[in-house]
Amino acid sequence: MEIKKITVIAGRGRDGKKEPLEGLELQMGDIASIVGPTGSGKTALINDIGLFADGSTPSRRRILINDAAPSREFLEDPSKNPIALITQHTSFLSDMPVYKFLTLHARIRKSGKPEVIVEETLDFANQLTGESIITDSAMTELSGGQSRALLIADAVIIGNSPIILLDEIENAGIDRNKALELLRKYEKIFIFVTHDLGIALLSNYRLVMSGGAMQKLIVTEEEEKRMAEKFKVLDEVTLHFRDRIRAGDRLAEKDLTERLRRAQKTLI
Amino acid sequence: MKVIMCAGPPTSGKTTVLKQSARKLISKGCKLAYLKIDVQFADEDEIFREEFGIPARKLYSGDLCPDHCSVLVLGDAIRWAGQEKADVLFVETAGLCLRCAPYINGSLGIVVLEATSGMNLPRKIGAMLSLADVAVVTKIDLVSQAEKEVFRANITDAADIAVVETDALHGINIEPVVGRIEKMAEIQEPLMLRGSPPVATCTICVGKKDIGWEKHFGIVRTLESDLFYRGQ
Repeated sequence: MEIKKITVIAGRGRDGKKEPLEGLELQMGDIASIVGPTGSGKTALINDIGLFADGSTPSRRRILINDAAPSREFLEDPSKNPIALITQHTSFLSDMPVYKFLTLHARIRKSGKPEVIVEETLDFANQLTGESIITDSAMTELSGGQSRALLIADAVIIGNSPIILLDEIENAGIDRNKALELLRKYEKIFIFVTHDLGIALLSNYRLVMSGGAMQKLIVTEEEEKRMAEKFKVLDEVTLHFRDRIRAGDRLAEKDLTERLRRAQKTLI
Repeated sequence: MKVIMCAGPPTSGKTTVLKQSARKLISKGCKLAYLKIDVQFADEDEIFREEFGIPARKLYSGDLCPDHCSVLVLGDAIRWAGQEKADVLFVETAGLCLRCAPYINGSLGIVVLEATSGMNLPRKIGAMLSLADVAVVTKIDLVSQAEKEVFRANITDAADIAVVETDALHGINIEPVVGRIEKMAEIQEPLMLRGSPPVATCTICVGKKDIGWEKHFGIVRTLESDLFYRGQ
């Protein structure tokens, strides 16, 4: 089944009142960020989406795929589920070696030649991590960042899921700018739960949550997109020094001044 | 009487799966009875009695193997559930020994496995899985999409049975289990164990699969009695 769009039909907020925003409709290729303070119901919303809520979850929201109630098949067989939900709690529990596990998953999905697909998946994941994944080690031995990178790579490439939900990717210890750049190459619907300025502004839409309810949908304007580029430059200054600390270097103030001066040329 | 026999390793979520199924069945007007068979401690009967107001009881197998205990008392238990005017009897087993499987012919055998329990579990639990009708995988909210798929493949490689993934704690995707209970047939006499128990010396262990203590010799018990010796 070809997925063209996903619709969230509003339910109720935590106060039991109807949500201010009547719904949300995302087309293939759209990137949306769900923003709002902690406890505002962001994770509950992506859980509703991930479970194809049918009015029976506490929010009473309903999810439609291509304007119709989702097929039972989606929930009956995980490999037919068009949505991959990667939560903050999702981790690998399998003690299988990485390569063996990925090969097995690629075989189940019949998503092409397993060796080729697995290499592509590992390559994707390694671009996001600090240190490359050792393919003979058990999945459970991966670091938090490596696990998260591999979860994302697996969902995008082996799973080839048309709809991908990512909860607070910025907390995963992976290179988020690189992640966004790589993800944008794939034609999918991406929904991020995020507190990150860059991720929010690089999305087509941002959905604002509070009190467990969808408040409004903001379309990212050209001006905001230009600003996103500038925030990225600032971010790269910070990231440079973070990497230096990770590498065990001492930092020098004049180095920071120099980098800020250079950044200033692009910024103003 | 429809008989549902639920097995699975300890803490896999058997009670939670049965509770969520019970909630849906009761809301559709179904009359339930519940029996828990365990070795030395169980309080699930109180949970079912208090939460749903249905006839519920527990049985400690003590020195008997709990699955053997089930073979001995299940005939009595089905009659008890009948007297209680139940349409469906839930039997939750202890799920300890992985050599036997408690399912009887004509029952719905449910094996409950947690998604978090290791990828090789389906290969380790033998008859408990292969003789079941449906494997219910719990705690799916804790694992990745990829692992759900690989776990399912490992189950279907080990046994040719239906698989249902659930987040039973939140009652998610329990409908396929409820649907099976609604569609299944009533249990028919004679009641027979589905598979052969392993080789040993008691009448159940040597392969006598008849249900009911009246059909066995040696150390037996009824639903009501303590252990006693039956034979020459």
